[in-house]
Amino acid sequence: MSMATHVDDVLEEIEEVARGAFDLNWQRVLRFGNLLGLALVFIALSGMPVSLDKREVIDGIISLGYLAMLVFPPILGWTVGKEVVLEGMTATKRGARDVVAGFMVGALGGVWVSILVLLVDNYNLRDPLVNWSPELLSLLSFSESVGFGVVAWILLCGVFGAAGAALHLLTPKLRRAVISMILTVVGVSIFQSLIDDLVGGIGESIADPGRLSEFFGEADTPRPRVDSVFDGVIDFIYAQRGGLTIAGAIVLALIAGGLSLSGRGRIAKAKASYNAKTGPERTKQTAIMIAVATVLLIVLPFFTGRITQELLANVGIFLLLALGLNIVVGLAGILDLGYVAFFAVGSYSIAVLTVENPPESWPDWLPTLDGQFGWLLALLITVVLAGLVGLFIGAPVIRMRGDYLAIVTLGFGEIIRILFLSDALGGYFNAAQGITQIPGADFGPLGVAHGTNPRSIFYLVLAFAAISIYVSWRLERSRLGRAWMAVREDESVAEAMGINTVNVKLMAFVVGAVLASFSGAIVSAKVGSVFPTSFLILVSIIILVVVIVGGMGNILGVLAGSFVLIGVLGGPRQPGLLAEFSEYKLLIYGALLIWMMLQRPEGLIPNVRRSRELHQDEFLQDAWLKGEVDTEEDDETSATEVAPA
Amino acid sequence: MSERILDIKNLSVTFGGLHALKDLNFHVDEGEIVGVIGPNGAGKTTFFNMISGMVTPTSGDILFEGKSLVGLDPNQVTQRGIARTFQNVRLFANMTIAENVMVSQHCRTKQGVFGSLFNTKAFRKEEAEIRAHAEKVLGFFGSRLVGYRLEQPASVLSYANRRRLEIARAMATSPRLLLLDEPVAGMNPKESAELTELIGKLRSEWGFTIVMIEHDMNVVRDVSDRVVCLDHGETLAQGSFEEVSSDPEVIEAYLGRPLEKQT
Repeated sequence: MSMATHVDDVLEEIEEVARGAFDLNWQRVLRFGNLLGLALVFIALSGMPVSLDKREVIDGIISLGYLAMLVFPPILGWTVGKEVVLEGMTATKRGARDVVAGFMVGALGGVWVSILVLLVDNYNLRDPLVNWSPELLSLLSFSESVGFGVVAWILLCGVFGAAGAALHLLTPKLRRAVISMILTVVGVSIFQSLIDDLVGGIGESIADPGRLSEFFGEADTPRPRVDSVFDGVIDFIYAQRGGLTIAGAIVLALIAGGLSLSGRGRIAKAKASYNAKTGPERTKQTAIMIAVATVLLIVLPFFTGRITQELLANVGIFLLLALGLNIVVGLAGILDLGYVAFFAVGSYSIAVLTVENPPESWPDWLPTLDGQFGWLLALLITVVLAGLVGLFIGAPVIRMRGDYLAIVTLGFGEIIRILFLSDALGGYFNAAQGITQIPGADFGPLGVAHGTNPRSIFYLVLAFAAISIYVSWRLERSRLGRAWMAVREDESVAEAMGINTVNVKLMAFVVGAVLASFSGAIVSAKVGSVFPTSFLILVSIIILVVVIVGGMGNILGVLAGSFVLIGVLGGPRQPGLLAEFSEYKLLIYGALLIWMMLQRPEGLIPNVRRSRELHQDEFLQDAWLKGEVDTEEDDETSATEVAPA
Repeated sequence: MSERILDIKNLSVTFGGLHALKDLNFHVDEGEIVGVIGPNGAGKTTFFNMISGMVTPTSGDILFEGKSLVGLDPNQVTQRGIARTFQNVRLFANMTIAENVMVSQHCRTKQGVFGSLFNTKAFRKEEAEIRAHAEKVLGFFGSRLVGYRLEQPASVLSYANRRRLEIARAMATSPRLLLLDEPVAGMNPKESAELTELIGKLRSEWGFTIVMIEHDMNVVRDVSDRVVCLDHGETLAQGSFEEVSSDPEVIEAYLGRPLEKQT
């Protein structure tokens, strides 16, 4: 036996010698290197580096513009060394070979940038490519000579690629620590405005507890700004002109690394213990978690500044829309590409019902509505109207299936917008000039929620989000929810099993329309004006992307999607945390969507059924390993195989 | 003779120039088990599709308990009391086994948005009833589909159990007439013998009248009161199994084809 082991060792050694540091899979290196090159050139020509160069990540070391490019070499350097280790395979030994491969990939990508530098220097292609500019040249050559830039990009990308690949050499624990260090530093730097606002707000509240007593009246009597108790910390971390200070970055990295090394597995353990619980114990823990989250959300706006409140209000508005669309698309499986129509109906009807000066060409035969409705009554009428429009649009559309239905809803979405703009209905709604000076949501003694006071809007959104989440949650687990699921799975069979598919699908449309009209009503109260241009098809698409990226058919997924996409990237018009990237928002949306569809089509927090459907094979394999697959235990003669669905 | 539950008169359907069914006359008495046989492409499944409302007949009439079914949507037909299974098992694969059977009670229950939002007493009562009925129906097949299986997705089931779940799902709609489309296809002899017995119990214990398409002649012989043989959309013969199986025209229609050929 020892003989055999010895032979194995020798063989392994021979193999190692045969596969020296430069014995690479060159085809793979070429592929990833060229991919990297293309990505870098594309980013450079999109104008992102130049416009983001002013924003520092770490003061004096790296700007967001350079980061936008230099983030790619490490990722691809890492990816080139990745391998899938299946059951029964031994992973390849990691070594210098990986680092060399990473360097090669990075350097090859750098060559593409160098070529770009030379081309920009010698030719003028500014006509088709607007970002082909002297600024780009000076950025790409690091404000030095062209020759320096050419060499520097190859070396820099190579080193970054090698660094990414070197992560393979670390133990998983160390690797996680390094990654969390990098993410913390970059995250704290990028989310500066939020952290500033949040920490500043809490610091001010501690320094001046009196401001906690304010509630809705903030807009009228703004309290003077006081020095936050955390000003010192903020000044230490952030540099004067934005970005982290070098010392701050080092401290943050150390803290993150330390936390990662010491706290590893604690979250995973907590999660496992939660999942292990069943029955009433689990219900109790879930209830506690929901209660804690609710209290936190209610208390939060007392401590945060306006930026955070505004941001959360925007997230909530899109969350409402996404929850509604989730019922239509995620539960009932009706791909509605014109969902913005119901949002528009909600916005416009509450606007007309509450505005004090009616639109100019308001027809004589209609009673003048000079704002005699209270907001809540107006909301009730709006909800009924939205439901009716849902029925009206749904009725002709609902008999279609699949792609046809998607295209027709797309059409209806545009029709509604154009109607508001047209001569036919524009008179009632002021056409392109829109309706302005819409009063806020009046709750009598509780106060008026209006956009000038983001905190009041935050609470308004919170209340309606709670209602919508409750509605989605209850309906999913009801007779109607089951019928929606059956229709989504197989419409003909659902019909043969006695489900009136037309009614059930119309119901999904109506519930979706009502939830969207909540959102529309809040937006009118928040912004104080509505214009047809706020209801472009882009809004429908973005809501759909929120639902898909978050996880179709899952309320938590929709929450995650709204926070990630609307909170971080921003909505169609609303700025997100990454305000700097707002110009490239759609580019990032697109890239994210493609990546998600390839890597995780079930979304960030998937619905159990949907991920089962998308990963049928893995799921069955898993169930088989756990011994859950039906093998006809009572009949040994029968076939044990599981036929594919 | 007992009352006629299903009466089909001069039924025809054409797809373009193809006569899938020609001038078919057929009836089922209350409490009967009727076997429908015939070579592949004889129009048996079209016949089922027509009764269940998925295909509209070109001419003729289908009377169920004296009232016409022509022009009704499939869900209305189910509402009236006819349930069916599918030849190529079509379960809701990503729903759990319990949910598959719960959802098919849709047309017998009525709680809507209001009840579920406010979790009313009536809503909770109905949900409990739906659940209880589902477990009762699934319990008909022994221990295979109950217990921990209830919360498992239908996709983990073996082929034979999928067939059983199909029947359970149809049973849960509380029908008067059950249409079984090749219930034992793909099962081994032991399993089909067991299911044959269960089909008998469907009548004796649950009171269903059954029309069954089947290629397995053993099953047809064992449970059918009456057998109808279709070929090219026409009735070739009907009567007891012995009469039909010895009919020269039926033998001719099957001649040269392997009898056991399954679709």
